[in-house]
Amino acid sequence: MTTAAVEKIFVKGNEAVAMAAIEAGCRCYFGYPITPQSDIPEYLSRELPKLGGEFIQAESEIGAINMLLGAAATGARAMTSSSGPGISLKQEGISYMAGSELPGVIVDIMRAGPGLGGIDASQADYYQATRGGGHGGYRIIVLAPASVQEMYDLTMLAFDLSDIYRMPAMLLADSVIGQMKESVTPNPRPVTVLPPKEWVVRGRSEGTSQNVVKSLYLGDGEMEAFHWKMHARYQELADRECRWEEVQTADAELIVTAFGSTSRIAKTAVAMARDAGMKVGLMRPITLFPFPKKAYASLSERCKLFLDIELSTGQMIDDVRLSVARDADVAFYGRPPGAGSLPTPEELFEQIKKNYRASA
Amino acid sequence: MKQVFNRPESLKDVSTHFCPGCNHGTVHRLVAEALDVFGIRSETIGVASVGCSVFLYGYFDVDVIESPHGRAPAVATGAKRARPDRIVFTYQGDGDLAAIGMSEIIHAANRGEDITVIFVNNTTYGMTGGQMAPTTMPGQKTSTSPYGRDVKKDGAPFKMAELLSGLEGVAFSARVALNSPKNVLQAKKMIKTAFRYQVEKKGFSFIEALSSCPTNWGMNPLDANQRVTDEMIPYFPLGVYKNTANL
Repeated sequence: MTTAAVEKIFVKGNEAVAMAAIEAGCRCYFGYPITPQSDIPEYLSRELPKLGGEFIQAESEIGAINMLLGAAATGARAMTSSSGPGISLKQEGISYMAGSELPGVIVDIMRAGPGLGGIDASQADYYQATRGGGHGGYRIIVLAPASVQEMYDLTMLAFDLSDIYRMPAMLLADSVIGQMKESVTPNPRPVTVLPPKEWVVRGRSEGTSQNVVKSLYLGDGEMEAFHWKMHARYQELADRECRWEEVQTADAELIVTAFGSTSRIAKTAVAMARDAGMKVGLMRPITLFPFPKKAYASLSERCKLFLDIELSTGQMIDDVRLSVARDADVAFYGRPPGAGSLPTPEELFEQIKKNYRASA
Repeated sequence: MKQVFNRPESLKDVSTHFCPGCNHGTVHRLVAEALDVFGIRSETIGVASVGCSVFLYGYFDVDVIESPHGRAPAVATGAKRARPDRIVFTYQGDGDLAAIGMSEIIHAANRGEDITVIFVNNTTYGMTGGQMAPTTMPGQKTSTSPYGRDVKKDGAPFKMAELLSGLEGVAFSARVALNSPKNVLQAKKMIKTAFRYQVEKKGFSFIEALSSCPTNWGMNPLDANQRVTDEMIPYFPLGVYKNTANL
């Protein structure tokens, strides 16, 4: 008997990203070693050549992001990956890609910072990712997986959204999700209607117009028009592409909110609260840009207490506060990154009890 | 009557923004002639850099990617790896290539990327107003070396054609000048050879073109041209530094 079902595999989060990139049709990868993401270049250095793809271990993160820029300009699906210190170096190229309306996928497996920081899980690069990160005023698509399965699925989504909206897309995970192993169903690439890439550089043949990929706008009003065009595109993205997960929010009197690895721990804490008879739910944004503002606004019409939990001193909380109704309170529990700073479900349950009582 | 001289097809019929006496226009023309000779305009991707050469797409009738400052060899690497069937060239100045972009050029050259790099050395940052470049000559006064380049503090100028020729990945490296009809003809030949390397998939090719910058040197075009002859060429000797395939 044959079965069409896709077999489950047991892999690390970082490997799932690499496998999904290949499934998404990515044949160009440019990277530089840095913990805790090196499994991605290692996997792709082994697998891409078998598929006729290109793997380059670049001279630097700056080299890698600019190779991504060059490959993306020809229309190729391309990816790079890094972590904090390397992502900082890539900001120059990300800004130029945003200014040139280039797609491309950047994987950020966050580690502790600032500076060299450490290799433990962190969510302290939320601002850097969701506010653009580089100079000039732009945004990029930011997706936050909370499982190895989502590392796989959201990597493919990142390629599609990036192509559709012509802007870089970032997969924002941390060392917990990147390094842990889970079973994954390697879903085939979903059917997506992609716009034709008529803008790519390909050689100017007779009868075709010259294509230029650039971010320099010196003409009267050109730069301003670009900014308003992108502003409208970000709005379109927010209208169409927000993704989030809600758990037991319908009757919740307190809604815990967290993204990525922290939401996994929070989910267990919410279950503990439910077992204790408390009406607690979970709101997990999957797209950090666009941030699911309307979903928060809608939840806050009924539930007036939120508890935001992050592996930082509080960054996403700004977006939560800007999204919820004015009469909703947003409490905070933060665990800034570093060794031993991952909270346990019990610790988060204590925070739920503390805030839940206060609201009752 | 037979027409013996015309604008290359690979160049647009427009005026350039280059200053009187600047050699960028000549180098543009020679590159365009090389593209015409090989009939590769329709399969060529140019990579513009930051500086006076940023408007490459305004003059060349080819598809162009505009690169961040110094990163053109990395951008060209990505483009060439994704489209190995295309001809990819970068066009960079001395600040772009030999200062902020030193890492990118050295590594692209060392990997032996199948691209052509046109490097215009005028010993100064032109676009930003004549600051000290990595190729500014010893004692040369610029807006950021008002007492002259002090080799003890600023280091000696980089000789890129020689430096790159020492890398195994480099197939062709030559230095040319545009200060006389003879040198222009020689430059034309060398630029053509550099593109031949790529057309025949023979590896990384590099051209360093000595250029004048009358505006930022504070000279008239004739005096600036004379400076190329009297000062630059003795310090940056012309010639072929590497020619692995003897093309």
